[in-house]
Amino acid sequence: MKVQVHVTLKPGVLDPQGKAIHHALEGLGFAGVADVRAGRFFELDVADDVTDADLDAMCAKLLANTVIENYRITRA
Amino acid sequence: MKTAVIVFPGSNCDRDMAVALETVTGRAPAMVWHRDSDLPAGTDFIALPGGFSYGDYLRSGAMAARSPILRAVAEAAARGVPVLGVCNGFQVLAEAQLLPGALMRNAGLNFVCRTAALTVENSQSLFTAAYEAGETIHVPVAHHDGNYFADDETLDRIEGEGRVAFRYAEPVNGSARRIAGVLGDAGNVLGMMPHPERAIDRAHGGTDGLRLFEAALGVLA
Repeated sequence: MKVQVHVTLKPGVLDPQGKAIHHALEGLGFAGVADVRAGRFFELDVADDVTDADLDAMCAKLLANTVIENYRITRA
Repeated sequence: MKTAVIVFPGSNCDRDMAVALETVTGRAPAMVWHRDSDLPAGTDFIALPGGFSYGDYLRSGAMAARSPILRAVAEAAARGVPVLGVCNGFQVLAEAQLLPGALMRNAGLNFVCRTAALTVENSQSLFTAAYEAGETIHVPVAHHDGNYFADDETLDRIEGEGRVAFRYAEPVNGSARRIAGVLGDAGNVLGMMPHPERAIDRAHGGTDGLRLFEAALGVLA
């Protein structure tokens, strides 16, 4: 089974990379972009008996640093 | 004094750290590989060196923080053994939650490599006892991910508890409250982005890092 994990910076955590990407978009002439936040995406191929609690632990223990990041798990 | 340097794949300041420890103690440290699960018996000082452990995969220090030897380091730290993490070593200690906060990409996005002026904030810790509070020292920095972040509540707490060991005298990387080095809650773990092991020999431009090792290794006259 495919599981998707999105890791994003918590609101309020400054994101210099997102800011630089935003500037680059403006430099390319794309108007109307108010803000860019960069994140990380994982696709896990897991056995069917892997539980939601297992997935949550994987995110909390390794995939995300919960000091600065939130994560969202989606079973495909 | 039995010291140990933890070596990860991608560490690149491990030998500098070993030279610093041997210079101060007169005895070469044990070089301990990341896959070992135990420290040499009687280890009484542990250093996590700078570098790019595991190629900075996932996040700087993230993989190293989950390596077998880190469990032994955490146990030793809990017993009160001094642990010094420099640069990538600081990132590893933060990822391992032995220190609060996280080290993010520098605010200017550039790798910063120069000598930085630091203010000694706490001269009472076992690592900083040979400095004067408020003293300015000069120590090299060389990092891409040194932008210290913690939420305001945590920052207030560690400042209130005297756990900010060093601050940058001027902004270097966007660190919250210009924090350059943080102590653990029991005072025996120090993480810092600047490299004291690169400031122990006059021929390399300065010796301001030497007193950190002298204090921590208990060899002050």
